[in-house]
Amino acid sequence: MRRAVANGATALFLVSKVIGSETVKPRGGRSLRRLLDRESSLGIILMLPGALLLMVFMAYPFFLGIWLSLTDSVIGTMGDFIGFRNFVDLLGDSIFHQTARNTLIYAMVTVPFKAMLGLGLAMILSNRMPFSNPIRAAVMMPWIVPTALSTLGWFMILDPVFSPISWLLKSLGVIKQNINFLGNPNLAISSVCLVNIWRGVPFFGITILAGLQAVPHELHEAAAIDGANAWHRFLHITIPTIRGVVLIAGLLSIIWTFADFQLIYILTKGGPANTTHIFGTYAYQIGLSATDIGQGAAIALYMFPILSVFAVLLLIYLRRD
Amino acid sequence: MVGSMTLGKRVLGIYLPLAFFIIFLLFPFYWMSLVSLKPTNDLFELKYNPFWLQTFTLENYLYLFQNTPFPEWVKNTIIVSLVSTVLSLACSILIGYALARLRFPGSNFLGVGIFLAYLVPPTLLFLPLSQVIGLLNLYNTYWALILTYPTQLIPFASWLLMGYFRTIPKEIEECAMADGCTRMEALIKIILPLSTPGLISAGIFCFTLCWNEFLYALIFMSSGPMKTIPVGTVSDLIKADTLFWGSLMASAVLGSFPIAILYSFFVKYYVSGLTAGAVKR
Repeated sequence: MRRAVANGATALFLVSKVIGSETVKPRGGRSLRRLLDRESSLGIILMLPGALLLMVFMAYPFFLGIWLSLTDSVIGTMGDFIGFRNFVDLLGDSIFHQTARNTLIYAMVTVPFKAMLGLGLAMILSNRMPFSNPIRAAVMMPWIVPTALSTLGWFMILDPVFSPISWLLKSLGVIKQNINFLGNPNLAISSVCLVNIWRGVPFFGITILAGLQAVPHELHEAAAIDGANAWHRFLHITIPTIRGVVLIAGLLSIIWTFADFQLIYILTKGGPANTTHIFGTYAYQIGLSATDIGQGAAIALYMFPILSVFAVLLLIYLRRD
Repeated sequence: MVGSMTLGKRVLGIYLPLAFFIIFLLFPFYWMSLVSLKPTNDLFELKYNPFWLQTFTLENYLYLFQNTPFPEWVKNTIIVSLVSTVLSLACSILIGYALARLRFPGSNFLGVGIFLAYLVPPTLLFLPLSQVIGLLNLYNTYWALILTYPTQLIPFASWLLMGYFRTIPKEIEECAMADGCTRMEALIKIILPLSTPGLISAGIFCFTLCWNEFLYALIFMSSGPMKTIPVGTVSDLIKADTLFWGSLMASAVLGSFPIAILYSFFVKYYVSGLTAGAVKR
């Protein structure tokens, strides 16, 4: 979506060591030509269009958000400066506590599942088999198609009346009545985590697959000839090769999931009784639905320190050596 | 993974787990397609097996085109995605080239800045951004999305293209410039044609993300005929009565279809591109 499509981690891999390069000396000529040929001026000119968009629609809103969070603005008014009251108020808000807890569960608990299942998927896909390209394309679907639309499929699969899961369990005699997956707080948070895992597995799968394929086949063969069994080869060849890719995919996944919105907005809207909110959906509810935009901005900004930690970890990892 | 396995081992070790993954990952799509092709009455018929189609109908799709603004949503989504993608690619080519090839004051800092921008999620910005959009009077115009989407696309596309540009030997450019090309001419005539796979890859990435985006579209394009497919489907097709499933799923299927096709068409190239990236490292 991010969001952000699968080759994220690997492309970052690819480009992790590229800043700073040697280039040829500028050549003489007329003045505009010289400006466009001189590295220092040309570099800045080339950055301008993109940088301008990022300044106006990313950097400026970021600082505006900090300002809003310090005011009692409601939509349509500028509001007055009230210091940190929005932040302090939230600390005493039980729904906000629940929201913070949910966000941690939603982002952290799901990642190990995504990574394990993704590893399994990658190891299967790395085998030579018929129809491997169509199969790879097919299993990427949860990650590729619009999350809002695939989540609607889940919305029906988890529906209290029409759920095929309930139907199956009922016809097997396991349950008597339909399960209300999204109506019970514990089931609802588990359900949104399941859908989140479902969406994330292909991302880990394809990223780890790319990492696996970087290992020469001969290495496995040589190890096999030397008497290493499948488990040893997995432990000493596969795991060390993919550690970096898994780490990067994991950090990216935590960041994206932490700041997710649409999956929960569509499945539960934060319900039942505000038990499944994460920061994004709660900020939306307070800031737009309840028009308390200052308070909403404060909720969103509570994400910032945690996001920064993971962003910095990622940056350090990519720029090490 | 090594050597030749017996057929039994292959079935147990590969095809059985693969079947589990395929069912888990694809069942929702099967279900969506199935429901979209069922007459509504069949959904309520308890004696029918819900996993199969008893009667085939296209009435849900017809309803979608005749009784909802779905065609408008398609048009909006295509316009916004195409223009945003072109705009983002243009900006990203310039940034990627500058960061890959040029030494200029602040280039290191800007490179890190662009990388960090990739990690800024829309949920952090949407409330203040909604005020900026209001200030610029862009609500319910294509510009609201065309101008905001690139903030999500440029960072990644720039890094991707920077990587590609770096794989092209500098000598090719140097020769062109020694023969009298300016740097920009060398970029357009030499570097870009050589980077076609990178450009396609970045283009697909941008287009998919625009097509799939939800939060900004939900807030900035709230008027009925201006919605995009994901937002229109979620906000207009879920109704209070229970007869909406067929058209809802039809819309979800049609909205996912182009993206799925786009990817299945490019997946071979896509995975090998990923692999190449990993190997080069």
